[in-house]
Amino acid sequence: MILFPKARKSIELIDSFFNCVDQSVLLFKEGVKNYLYKNAENFNNNLQTLANLEAESDQIRRKIENTLYTQSLMPQLRGDILRLLEELDNLIDLSKKNLFQFDVEIPHVPPELVQDFVKLTQISVSAAESVIPAAKSYFNEPAAVNEKIHRVYFYEKETDVFADVLRRKIFREMPGLKLSEKFHLRYFTLHIENISDTAEKVADLLTIMAIKRIV
Amino acid sequence: MLFLLFITSGLFLGWSLGANDAANVFGTAVGSRMIRFRTAALVAGVFVIIGATLQGAGATATLSELGSIDALGGAFTVALCSGLVVTMMTYYKLPVSTSQAIVGAIIGWCFYTSNAVDYSTLGIIASSWVVSPVLGGIFSALLYKALRRYIRNTRTHVIVLDRKIRYSLLIVGAFGAFSLGANNIANVMGVFVNATLFDLHIGQVHLNQNQVLFFLGGLAIATGIFTYGKKVMHTVGQGILEVTPETAIVVVLSQALVLFLFSSVAFSNLLRSIGLPGIPLVPVSSTQVVIGALIGIGAVKGVQEIRFRLLGHIMLGWLLTPFLAGLLTYISLFFVNNVFQIAITHRQPVTDIAAIPSGGVNTVVNLPVNNLVIILSLLAVSVLTIAAYLMYRQFRMKTGQAEQRNRLSEQLQYAELQKSLSEIEMKNVQSENNTLVNRLEEKRRELVTYALSIADQRQFLEGTLEELEAIRHEQGITEKNNRIQELVRGLRQKMNFSGEIEKIYQQAEQVNDDFPNRLSSHSPQLSAQDKKLALLLRIGFSTKEIAPLMNISPKSVEIARYRLRKKLDLKKEMNLTDFIKTI
Repeated sequence: MILFPKARKSIELIDSFFNCVDQSVLLFKEGVKNYLYKNAENFNNNLQTLANLEAESDQIRRKIENTLYTQSLMPQLRGDILRLLEELDNLIDLSKKNLFQFDVEIPHVPPELVQDFVKLTQISVSAAESVIPAAKSYFNEPAAVNEKIHRVYFYEKETDVFADVLRRKIFREMPGLKLSEKFHLRYFTLHIENISDTAEKVADLLTIMAIKRIV
Repeated sequence: MLFLLFITSGLFLGWSLGANDAANVFGTAVGSRMIRFRTAALVAGVFVIIGATLQGAGATATLSELGSIDALGGAFTVALCSGLVVTMMTYYKLPVSTSQAIVGAIIGWCFYTSNAVDYSTLGIIASSWVVSPVLGGIFSALLYKALRRYIRNTRTHVIVLDRKIRYSLLIVGAFGAFSLGANNIANVMGVFVNATLFDLHIGQVHLNQNQVLFFLGGLAIATGIFTYGKKVMHTVGQGILEVTPETAIVVVLSQALVLFLFSSVAFSNLLRSIGLPGIPLVPVSSTQVVIGALIGIGAVKGVQEIRFRLLGHIMLGWLLTPFLAGLLTYISLFFVNNVFQIAITHRQPVTDIAAIPSGGVNTVVNLPVNNLVIILSLLAVSVLTIAAYLMYRQFRMKTGQAEQRNRLSEQLQYAELQKSLSEIEMKNVQSENNTLVNRLEEKRRELVTYALSIADQRQFLEGTLEELEAIRHEQGITEKNNRIQELVRGLRQKMNFSGEIEKIYQQAEQVNDDFPNRLSSHSPQLSAQDKKLALLLRIGFSTKEIAPLMNISPKSVEIARYRLRKKLDLKKEMNLTDFIKTI
């Protein structure tokens, strides 16, 4: 590492980008919880931090892109790596967008559904959290990527199942809700589900990238 | 100066070697953009020269043992023929190696000058051609395993790994270039070593005459790299040897090791000193070693299919190149010697094997001339047949491609013409369709008008019927008369048919497009009534038909026709209707 200072700088940038992704999904989880438990102040703080993080991650991604091209690093791999960073950036964008939707649309979540929404968020975010170590190991130990990716697929599947259960509950067991409120809640289950879907896309990409890298 | 003129053929061969074989060393690195061409060319050029100058003697000595060419004319011809064969075979995309070309050419020289061919040396050289790719494969398999294990165990970050690979490629490439220069300089300059040249002293550096020769050869190779290497490197990097940079390191290192082993006097002596057999110092083909190395990696990776095509490629090179080079040299020497009267050897031919001192490299065999001629002729015929067939096939392929291109362009033109014709036809059909649509619309309107007219008539008649019924039941005579008068007036008004007549005029004007205007410009004095009459006459209506349409009696129509004739200033013999139709 002492021999390659520029390389060290690039590695630091990539690591900090991964930290941004990690923080953003955590903030999303906290933000949804705060919304559901009606902690308005904390929710607003989460929202603001997430917006700042998104701007910061965009900046870092651009820096990485510049570095990879200007130093002509890894000509054979950089296309894949930049696509990976882009997909991970989508995860941050999606977290911010979804949290903003809570802020703008203020969905009415009946108290009996709060726990379900919290659980759905936790499972969906777990998929995203599991994809980060897999992405990190692509850079250091591509052979280990596959071992880590199976968790992403597991959580993604769980999210799908639980989201279906929740939607059935909303439409069949909540006669007190208006149809418009049911529709509204259904959209929010889909928004939360999107996080794990994006994580799955990253996992798919990583699988192929790892195969390419294994010598 | 004469010497410089003669070694141009060797320099040409060197240039050709630099252009082609340097790609084996840096092709992947440059093709995959890991190293810039300029850096690669500089490193390759410098190390080729160093390798050639410092370590070129070993393999050159072996070539001299095969056939010691002692006259510049002979050396010139041998190098030139090898260069030509290499260039020609490269042009026709046939497998070629400078090592095999020069060996074939030297044998050709030996046969022509009736000098002895050292078959034991030839055997060593030929076996080294087989051993070198095998050795390349073994080295690459071992190195590849080691590298894979190193990368897995160290868990190096991909960016650091990229840096390391980059520098490794450069270092390994430099070693490869050094070995290439050391081993293959024999091909380029080996035949000139017995020609006299001066020693060179630059400061503390002292180069003997052979080293000066190798230095010049090295410069020629470096020039080949700089002038033509870029294209070949990009082709190799992106095409034939499309491998990852990690694999490239293994391939280049294996190649460098094999070439180094077959050219290092020191290493050979080291082996001998510890009681092992020394490695023969022989020029080998770097391309064939690279192919061997790739097959070795494939074996480790567990690639199912063995590339028989590549193996066949190598074997064809083994056979075809020396034959062609030998044959060309044999023929060329005849011309050089007899036509240009240039000495191709100063030695007397050795004919008696018993007269040769025994032992070492001096063991030579000389075949009787008659047998030699027969063998040579047979070889020449077979090689020429193969070469002619290959060239014919290449020619056929090229011609076939050109024909196909022409056929395709003709087909394209025909298709374009068809397309434009179809477009015109389509436009015609479209305009016909439009006309038909318009006519259909017209007919539909007419139908609607008729339907409305019928409805209107029916309504009127029903009204009249009711009125008549009412009159019939009317008691008062006065009242009855009044109502009958009223009914008669109504009937007369209805008989006027003004609306229908107006429609007939409109339709007539539509059919005789622009006629009213033309009539007005021809005879501006005509009244509106005259114009109506003219229009009806033009359509072909008779006086009896015109009368109700103009709401006048037939007699009045006759008078109106007479007035019209006057206004149009027609002579007696002219028919009014015919004249109107000409307007």
